[in-house]
Amino acid sequence: MITVEGLTRKYGTFTAVDDVSFVCQPGRVTGFLGPNGAGKTTTMRIMVGLTAPTAGRVTIGGHLYQDIPNPGRHVGVLLDASAQHAGRTGREILELGARTMGLDGSRVDEMLELVSLTPGEAKRRLRNYSLGMKQRLGIAHALLGDPSVLILDEPANGLDPAGIRWMRGLLKGYAERGGTVLLSSHLLNEVELIADEMILIGHGKIVAQGDKKSLLAGAKGSGTTFVTALDNQVLAEALQAKGFVVAGAGDGLRVETEPVEVGRTAAEKAIVLTDLRAADGGLEDLFLELTSDTQREGMA
Amino acid sequence: MSTTAPGLGHALDISSTSPTPFSRLVRVELRKTWDTRAGLWLLISTAVVTALVMVIQLAVVVANDLQVSYNDFLTSTNFSIGLLLPVIGILLLTSEWSQRTAMVTFSLEPRRPHVIAAKFVVGIGLAVVAVIIALVLATICNALYGALSGDTVVWDQSAEQTAYFVLLQVIGMLTGFAFAALLLNSPAAIVLYMVYSFVLPGLFGLGAALIGWFEKIQPWIDFNDAQTGLFDGNGMSGDDWAHFAVSGFIWLVVPLGIGIARVLRAEVK
Repeated sequence: MITVEGLTRKYGTFTAVDDVSFVCQPGRVTGFLGPNGAGKTTTMRIMVGLTAPTAGRVTIGGHLYQDIPNPGRHVGVLLDASAQHAGRTGREILELGARTMGLDGSRVDEMLELVSLTPGEAKRRLRNYSLGMKQRLGIAHALLGDPSVLILDEPANGLDPAGIRWMRGLLKGYAERGGTVLLSSHLLNEVELIADEMILIGHGKIVAQGDKKSLLAGAKGSGTTFVTALDNQVLAEALQAKGFVVAGAGDGLRVETEPVEVGRTAAEKAIVLTDLRAADGGLEDLFLELTSDTQREGMA
Repeated sequence: MSTTAPGLGHALDISSTSPTPFSRLVRVELRKTWDTRAGLWLLISTAVVTALVMVIQLAVVVANDLQVSYNDFLTSTNFSIGLLLPVIGILLLTSEWSQRTAMVTFSLEPRRPHVIAAKFVVGIGLAVVAVIIALVLATICNALYGALSGDTVVWDQSAEQTAYFVLLQVIGMLTGFAFAALLLNSPAAIVLYMVYSFVLPGLFGLGAALIGWFEKIQPWIDFNDAQTGLFDGNGMSGDDWAHFAVSGFIWLVVPLGIGIARVLRAEVK
């Protein structure tokens, strides 16, 4: 379990992380989501003691990271897959990690196999690795010590679609066995598919957190329905008679109520519907809405 | 293949995990000095250059029928390990920053003083190995000199001088290490070291010759000059050791102290 309490990090007058608090539960994949420069990486660096917090603290399983002996055995960390010596072979990078942690050499082969790096690829030097291969190696490095907590910064970056699917399966399985996973991403779709829990961060502040359902329930557009009937006019009148706000939208209508109410009205009046759906824009709209003042591009 | 994540509990049970032993850190840091092509070749070329300089010296001496001793062969290492050991000392530390591996190193061992101490020990160890190689090479060259020239072979290296020689090389290595800690940047630290060992002595000498009061303080601040007694065969007097201690404090202890304090606090990116 990772517990972040009132974490703040300031650089001069700039506040990179602003009073952030959240919890990552064991057995769940927690997605840490936010646009570039929102404070995800800084938060993760503070977690593993590479950056000192200005205020607040992070505990992992009740301990400060600095107080965990041989931390690689408990917490797997991947902050930047490229932050390795370009002249070392992939195997040697794992070998150094295994030796530091006091692990058996066979663990290196196990991990290489787990992340599908062939013996030939493992002999290549890191400067000849693609970003996707570096990510696989980084994930292997994080898993070396058989940790119960994983902290991964943008692990899917550079992976091809098959690689992303592979990683999803790996992390899901890991969480199902009781592990705690925190992974960051600026790509919503990636996190949406893998994370049980989501933390949305923008401008160093947490703007929303929860599972997908509860996040969507709080989003703008919930309780709104798009409906199209064979006779929109009749349906609109029936809905208005019940006191719902109705407006035209494209070929159909936009109704300020739940789809079930619209369906019931249509059934009562024996009106044939050709389309009926909740007008939630999905997580993407929510994400953009919540972080709109932190986006680099102007929001429409 | 096990990726089992033990412990469904919320607390992390760290009672059965022992801290990383220092000896393991030293072994890993030593491994890092030769596990890249650049690192391996730096070590190999240091040994090769040491041999090469001595062989050239031997050839010149024999060809010109000059008189040399064992100590003269050792002095030639000023142009080999005297130059390259500090560079090895610098890269021990700065490569972690230039290659950004410090992120991994310090997340696997958050007790940063332990990591730096391990590198320090590796640095001293490499200096001692370099000294042993130099002593062996000088022995071979001196023996060959006797065989080739027919002159009497002079073995003029006392135990004291050998100890001085070890000290000299260890200090060279540590000066590089200290500059590296101060700057955390390979090119800058190497340039600083070169200025310190080649430009500064000239400036100090010039200052001492031109400015009266500077001549009095120069021995106390010129660390290069203070080490002369370690290799010129004249030995170190009490005054020499005093100069050595004071100038060494300025050029070795102070940068090392500031540098280490910096590494311990630095945000690792």
